[in-house]
Amino acid sequence: MMIATSGRLREQRGLAASARRVGGMMLRHWYVLRSSWPRAAELIYWPLVQMLTWGFLQTYLSQATSLAARAAGLFIGAVLLWDILVRGQLGFSIAFLEEVWSHNLGHLLMSPLRPAELISALIVVSLAKLAVAMVPVAFMAYWFFGFNILSLGVAFAALFANLIVMSWALGLVSAGVVVRWGLGAENFAWLVAFVLLPLCCVYYPVTTLPGWLQPVALALPPTYVFEGLRALVVHHTFEAGYMVKALMLNLVYFALGACAFAVFLRQARASGSLVQMGE
Amino acid sequence: MPVPAPVQVRALRKVYGEIIAVDAIDFTLHPATVTALLGGNGAGKTTTIAMLMGLVTPTSGEARVFGADMAHERYKVLHRMNYESAYVDVPMRLTVRQNLDVFGRLYGVRALAARIREIAGQLKLADLLDRPYGKLSAGQKTRVSLAKALINEPELLLLDEPTASLDPDTADWVRTRLEDYCRSRAATVVLASHNMAEVERLADRVIMMERGRILADATPHELVVRFGRANLEETFLAIARRGAEEAEMRP
Repeated sequence: MMIATSGRLREQRGLAASARRVGGMMLRHWYVLRSSWPRAAELIYWPLVQMLTWGFLQTYLSQATSLAARAAGLFIGAVLLWDILVRGQLGFSIAFLEEVWSHNLGHLLMSPLRPAELISALIVVSLAKLAVAMVPVAFMAYWFFGFNILSLGVAFAALFANLIVMSWALGLVSAGVVVRWGLGAENFAWLVAFVLLPLCCVYYPVTTLPGWLQPVALALPPTYVFEGLRALVVHHTFEAGYMVKALMLNLVYFALGACAFAVFLRQARASGSLVQMGE
Repeated sequence: MPVPAPVQVRALRKVYGEIIAVDAIDFTLHPATVTALLGGNGAGKTTTIAMLMGLVTPTSGEARVFGADMAHERYKVLHRMNYESAYVDVPMRLTVRQNLDVFGRLYGVRALAARIREIAGQLKLADLLDRPYGKLSAGQKTRVSLAKALINEPELLLLDEPTASLDPDTADWVRTRLEDYCRSRAATVVLASHNMAEVERLADRVIMMERGRILADATPHELVVRFGRANLEETFLAIARRGAEEAEMRP
């Protein structure tokens, strides 16, 4: 069947049509962010508090221990990278929750916007929110503690890419859970990333974990990112192998996240929960 | 090749656990007609409309819009339809203009700024365009929801209680705008309403539902005559309280 359009409407198929719809969703979130300065300030608040806390701890430890003195920036680097994972996931999930809170998800799902376009928009929105949060905090880390995350060079790009893809995978699962079970499952979206905090060895090497837990840690992409950061800061070596392993795992996790979202959305259409979404 | 009907429902059934929300209903809607879905709470109106929009997948049977099976082919036709409900808001923090801008882009409306000006003029929203939707009165919100529903000039318009919570004057004004739109665009409308005066004024046809089944399907006038009542409100009450067969036997 042809997709008929009236003279009032543009072509509905193709890349340009998809880009226009994704652009519409990005604009919608820009309007929300622009309408409330506390929301923008909130994006920076926790990364800033975390960076200052761990930065001062690093300063203290560097005076007391030889490892910390050798590895200046270890904790600040870890906390900045951890915040990329958490803020990336929250940026994605909260943008999705905005649609549920405002009872807008039904409007979107009965519009020509495809689920893949909704996800694409959420990914771009999460990147934009991450930039709003992390760029000022990264500058402040340099100003307060002399830690320049960009001094990690190309390695930083690899670390960043692996964390942000994992954050989207977690965002997809949490959005899917909210679609399927409604706002009763909202806390899952807020907390899911923190399950990874002890497991992916943000502040300590994998060898610190008990033997039975190490395989679990090694099945998580962020573990390789933080091991890679320690190798960079302590030994000044870039472990490309870690980044490749993280990338491979990330591809699997992102595919699983996308499948979970699609399955939960299909189940929500079957259960009728989309009609009551937001109530 | 024949032009498919705007809406074609065949053996449509939806079961939630042990509850049969819609029970094997059939109907076809013709172009440029207004059809009211009537029934008490739990009659199956909302589930039927949700299946027509593709928000709910049928347990069996099919709901076709312009020939597209809404369970599997909804993206072929979603740009040709739209929905308005007095109970479903658009984002509160966005201004009226921002909301119309976003939805206009999702539907791919050409010359969007001009279309927003045009529809704002038609629905008396010009002075409200830069106010947040959340700060508007109930009547103003209804007009904005209607503007959102008409932004893409839909050929099929689904309306759920479009004038609920409006004062009589505003409600009358909204009905007049809906009549104008349907006449000028030859649009097909599905209207769920509990306001029988509204249904008598707008609808060419009434489908009365109870417990997921269609009890009666006729013009408002035919229903009133068939059940021997003074008006549609009395007819609705008689059918809702006694069932179609008994109401017909005991006028």
